[in-house]
Amino acid sequence: MSGTFVLAADPMLAGDIGGVEVLLTLVKVVVAFAFLMVAVMLMIWFERKLIGGMHQRFGPTIAGPFGILQTLADGIKLFFKEDLVPDRSDRFVFKLAPYLSLIPAFLAFAIVPLGGDFNNGGEVEWWGRTTYLQVADPPVGILLFLAMSSVAVYGVMLAGWSSGSKYPLLGSVRASAQMVSYEAALGLAVASIVLVTGTLSTHDMVVAQAAEGYLGIIPRWNVIVTGLVPFIVFMIAGTAELNRPPFDLVEAEQELVGGFHTEYSSIRFALFFLAEFMNTITMSAIIVTLFFGGPAGPVLVSEVGGVGVAWAWGLVWFFAKLFVFLFCFVWMRATLPRFRYDQLMDLGWKALIPVALGWFLFLTALEVGRDQGWNEAAVTVVSLLVFAAAGAMLMRAVRSGRRARDREAAQADEPADPVGGKV
Amino acid sequence: MAELVFLVAALIILVGAVGVVASRNPVHAALFLVQTLVGVAVLFVLNDAHFLAAVQVVVYAGAIVILFLFVIMLLGVDKAEELRIEPIFGQRPLAAVVGAALAALLGTVVIGGADVLTGLRRAGGDRALDGDTTDIERLGRVLFSEYAFAVEITAALLTVAVVGAVVLTRRASHSDGSTPVDA
Repeated sequence: MSGTFVLAADPMLAGDIGGVEVLLTLVKVVVAFAFLMVAVMLMIWFERKLIGGMHQRFGPTIAGPFGILQTLADGIKLFFKEDLVPDRSDRFVFKLAPYLSLIPAFLAFAIVPLGGDFNNGGEVEWWGRTTYLQVADPPVGILLFLAMSSVAVYGVMLAGWSSGSKYPLLGSVRASAQMVSYEAALGLAVASIVLVTGTLSTHDMVVAQAAEGYLGIIPRWNVIVTGLVPFIVFMIAGTAELNRPPFDLVEAEQELVGGFHTEYSSIRFALFFLAEFMNTITMSAIIVTLFFGGPAGPVLVSEVGGVGVAWAWGLVWFFAKLFVFLFCFVWMRATLPRFRYDQLMDLGWKALIPVALGWFLFLTALEVGRDQGWNEAAVTVVSLLVFAAAGAMLMRAVRSGRRARDREAAQADEPADPVGGKV
Repeated sequence: MAELVFLVAALIILVGAVGVVASRNPVHAALFLVQTLVGVAVLFVLNDAHFLAAVQVVVYAGAIVILFLFVIMLLGVDKAEELRIEPIFGQRPLAAVVGAALAALLGTVVIGGADVLTGLRRAGGDRALDGDTTDIERLGRVLFSEYAFAVEITAALLTVAVVGAVVLTRRASHSDGSTPVDA
């Protein structure tokens, strides 16, 4: 057993850990949890209201001003509903599954830097302790997010299986296949970020993005540094990972009743609902952290009445950026029709993963070229040629695979499926 | 502190390990396996092997056991097993013998210390972590310099395995004349 036992890169936890440190950490956890709960409540209301607006209807209007308390009313109603456990269910797993969805959703949020003045390293000093405005900054950083998103698959998968019913099982198999597939693209997009920032820690990623930008006005955000492609891949794969529209085949009502949570009622259903929206908020926060500089931004007023408020501007910028992505997720839900299952798998495996991998290799080539002092233009041209050749080969492979399938279908005396022969 | 964490993690691992063997339902066994894997990840963190801990959760819990569960659910063996029938004759006595041998081996190691069997005092030796570099930096450097060839070979092996699996499934579909099932 080593004596050092590094828990996090947070300077507060580097030295001796006494009462104040434990208290500060607890306060951070409670604040983050409370924030997520309130944010979920407002997010559900916001989503319903916004979709209502986009559909030219009102959305919730009755409970509270602008219907803002609608979620609270719904939550109270769900609490007092009868809690059903289906007869043919696996009782223990059935009860465990909602927590397996909820807890990873919250844990992933712990690594998001929420505030701080990143023009000066993003540290804050409270009660004589220097610390970060994030719950935890583990050395594996962003890998924790990937780990949590892979644990979250269990919640969905086990919920469907343990219900002991047909449609939930189909829904959960679909959902877990989808989540596992898109995790690969998600990971490759994250790898590009890790490559350009040279760190796994989310705090250090924000520090890297807070550095001097280009031409004095364009910030050094990773969305620009990595050249937009990883961001697009991450955004699409993230939406699929959340099972949100247009990737919500998991709960395609026309086919699967309600998907994996069909048999859930009362508070357990509420937990799934909570987890879903928590995941949306966490995903938006992670996108902001990885690609848009997190809380980094200019400090407009550094003091109010002699009290330094530079750190609070981090919060302001973070929430402003977060809001943009929450809006985007709702916007996509209101706008885009649902994918078909084969389209979903084609997009994941034949488009997103190759593009993410190719772009990652391209960034690596640029990095190596910079180290070796090669001509950047030559590296780019050669990389693009290799990119094009690999793309052509992949397209050819996909085409010949489809042709072989059609031929076999014809041989088996079945009419060839007009949409490509897939279920 | 470290001892307490170790005790809790060890308890989680052991309960999980016993559960894998003892549960009659394959899905429950897979879940106990996840519990063991997560416990081992905690032990990795305790030994400052943060990267290994993350990989343990992402790869083993997040991918491999999920695949197990897929197979269990697709084959429809997710009901409690009938354990009175012995699938292969003589399997149970043989299992007892092998189990006893393994127990003897582990007992020797526990009583005699790790160097009894290998002559090594501890793994890693001079590669133990110093304070300056994190485990992921070390791992990256070693993997892509000293063991670069091994990494490449492993990658090639995995590719061959994937290609082999695809070829095998397509042959099978030709022989009975039906269309291949693809997801």
